Amino acid sequence: MKRLPATWRDLARHPLFWPGVTLLLLCLVNVYFNHSFFDIEVKSGHLYGSVIDILNRAAPLMLVAMGMTLVIATRGIDISVGATVAISGAVVASLIGGSLIIQNGVQTYVSNVPMPLAIVAALAVALLCGLWNGLLVAGAGMQPIIATLILMVAGRGIAQLITEGQIVTVYYEPFFIIGNGFLLGIPVSLYIVALVLAIMLLLIHRTALGLFIESVGINPVAARFSGISARALVFWVYAFCALTAGIAALIITSNVKSADGNNAGLLLELDAILAVTLGGTSLAGGRFSIMGSLLGSLIIQTLTYAIYSLGVPPEINMVVKALVVFGVCLIQSEALRTMLGKHLFRTGEAA
Amino acid sequence: MTVEPILVMQGICKSFPGVAALKNAQLRLFPGEVHALMGQNGAGKSTLIKVLTGVETPDAGEIRLNGQAIRPACVGEAQKMGITAVYQEINLCPNLSVAENIFIGRFPMRAIGIDWKTIEREATAELAALNIHIDVSLPLASYPVAIQQMVAIARALTTEAQVLILDEPTSSLDEGEVERLFQALRQLKQKGMAIVFITHFLDQTYAIADRITVLRNGEFIGEYLANTLSRLDLINTMVGREINEASYAANSSANASSVAKKPYVSAKGLGSTGGMHPFDLDLYQGQVTGLGGLLGSGRTETARLLFGIDRADSGTIRIDGQAVRLNSPRQAVRYGIAFCPEDRKNEGIVADLSIRENIILALQARRGIFHYLPKRAQSAIAEQYIEQLGIRTSDAEKPIGQLSGGNQQKALLARWLATDPKMLILDEPTRGIDIAAKLEIMELVKAQCEKGLAILFISSEMSEVLRVSDRIAVLRDRQKIGEIAGQDADEQNVFRMIAGAEA
Repeated sequence: MKRLPATWRDLARHPLFWPGVTLLLLCLVNVYFNHSFFDIEVKSGHLYGSVIDILNRAAPLMLVAMGMTLVIATRGIDISVGATVAISGAVVASLIGGSLIIQNGVQTYVSNVPMPLAIVAALAVALLCGLWNGLLVAGAGMQPIIATLILMVAGRGIAQLITEGQIVTVYYEPFFIIGNGFLLGIPVSLYIVALVLAIMLLLIHRTALGLFIESVGINPVAARFSGISARALVFWVYAFCALTAGIAALIITSNVKSADGNNAGLLLELDAILAVTLGGTSLAGGRFSIMGSLLGSLIIQTLTYAIYSLGVPPEINMVVKALVVFGVCLIQSEALRTMLGKHLFRTGEAA
Repeated sequence: MTVEPILVMQGICKSFPGVAALKNAQLRLFPGEVHALMGQNGAGKSTLIKVLTGVETPDAGEIRLNGQAIRPACVGEAQKMGITAVYQEINLCPNLSVAENIFIGRFPMRAIGIDWKTIEREATAELAALNIHIDVSLPLASYPVAIQQMVAIARALTTEAQVLILDEPTSSLDEGEVERLFQALRQLKQKGMAIVFITHFLDQTYAIADRITVLRNGEFIGEYLANTLSRLDLINTMVGREINEASYAANSSANASSVAKKPYVSAKGLGSTGGMHPFDLDLYQGQVTGLGGLLGSGRTETARLLFGIDRADSGTIRIDGQAVRLNSPRQAVRYGIAFCPEDRKNEGIVADLSIRENIILALQARRGIFHYLPKRAQSAIAEQYIEQLGIRTSDAEKPIGQLSGGNQQKALLARWLATDPKMLILDEPTRGIDIAAKLEIMELVKAQCEKGLAILFISSEMSEVLRVSDRIAVLRDRQKIGEIAGQDADEQNVFRMIAGAEA
């Protein structure tokens, strides 16, 4: 009898416990209103179902949240990822463009520029955005929120310039695989997430990257005095974050088959920051959890799904979302938990 | 001289949990005098000032202003009584204009709105009285620190102060700026104001002060006229020992044979503007070199230059005979230099990381990001040093922030020993550590030195420096003024050098 509570307490202390519980509760809410929530069926060799749908739709957010996690772990923040998505999306869409050509009675799709080249170009442009942010933060020593605000504001303008103010539609079918395709029954976007996740986990756990990022986030001066080149580290972390935004842009653009400089990745930065926070990484920097950020992204997407499937009127769904997020953040607050714990303990004693 | 003091503080006591910051302290201020408040770190100077300006309420004692007992409960109240203070860190608003800063909180009003014309006119006049002629409508931040300091003083003066307190106003000023400040102070003196001046610079004390009060460990030691108190006597009273040569026998003599012939690190004319005046310093493997000097004499600045934290703008450093440039700690680490900083909490430990991670941090940084030490190797290194240095902890995975100060210091020592350094800089390695841990750390330092490490030892406790050092470089006012060999060094010699009584 005595050991059980102890293990429970250990479990509750695990950093992924509260994000996990939240996600589970949200899923239960979904199941309550929609009994087929967990059902997965196979249609023409592809997996279909609410869960698959949520995972697929959460893919861009998961990617950006992973990059954002590293930035936040170094005490920074990057509010330009949404704009970066718009720029990268504009680049890839305008380069591919594409048109349907009938040659000898056979329909073929032709892209303006070979697709691999367009993808590399889009990622390179995203990387460039990140290098710019990194230069401002690590090089010029600007405050991260201001430094990235510059690109956040300018980025959508740049995207508009690339698309010449139009919504660029892509007519090149092979490109749609990234956001809509399936491989062995599973959405292609999830393979991309898994690949990025694997690379990140490898870097964090098999190199000193994780240790250095945490040191710089907890105590930049001590890290520097220990011989870590904190500036270079911060610089590359911003570059990497923008790169994840670039990858997300490919999925988003491919998914909607067009690039809209005004709306692509709109408010994505806020969702990403929220996902990181929900995942248990403190905005004060330091200890971070990539897995937590993934859970956070799924919480956000599941919540969105729940709101739609419950038929909450669109006028108030943002308010509902805000309330749930508020509640989740309260649960995760250490101070509140201790306060509640004390209160419960006292009343228990009095009784 | 039968002038009555304008302000008398008597029998002031103030305790904070665990410490008695002031025990029966006293202070008398006379009109038209600059009164220097002197004492070592933790002597109670700041607390006494805080009591006077209403920041802290005293547990006991009385304050009389013009013969009337007062008990200021907050800064505003003290200001109304005519007691104002200017602190070391300028607490003005850099984004507001100079004029706004001077009048903030008490803008003269017109029927509608603020009377900006009057503000600007009077602000200009106030500054002109201090011999400063600037455009008061520009933001404060557009002026150098010295001018900002003057603006802070001007602000203090417009409140019609009888007593002006300057808490280390000169620590960020250069010599010309200090002279300008002093001119202003002399003018104020003539107007009959009582000025309290706190500084760690002895030269400045003697340049401006008429009267000196010395505090030590929260107690009043004495009040002296500046022209009757010699520098050496002043230092003796501050340090608190009638320093006699017998009590400090020559320290463990340097084992001459074990000391390397050539210096590992050799600095020539190394200096930085606003930091250290150019100095020469040689550090030998197998020898402990101590830095002697009072607070603010440039001990930490010297260490920061040698570790590449601050960039030198003059002079050269040779490491193992090769001329090098140290632009970052990273480079210094690569040359085998290690540095335990003075501010353990903010510059040393990474509090949320485990003891293991803290110990291997510098080694990992030196190996580079991709040559990752496997966890098992990390644990082995951590365990080895935990045992070797006697770090008291249940296990290596505990966050280092949970350790006591002494054990944190040992872990930091371990961090550097793990990198197998050639030279170790220890800045106040025993500060805030109980006596037992202190002795252990000193033993460790000695042992490492015998193994062939060059050590630069910095401590504000002169007796400690004397005990471990084979050679002492003496600093004063950010200048190296000489070296004493370990055998000849005693506190008398060192302090005499600092006082400038001896070349």
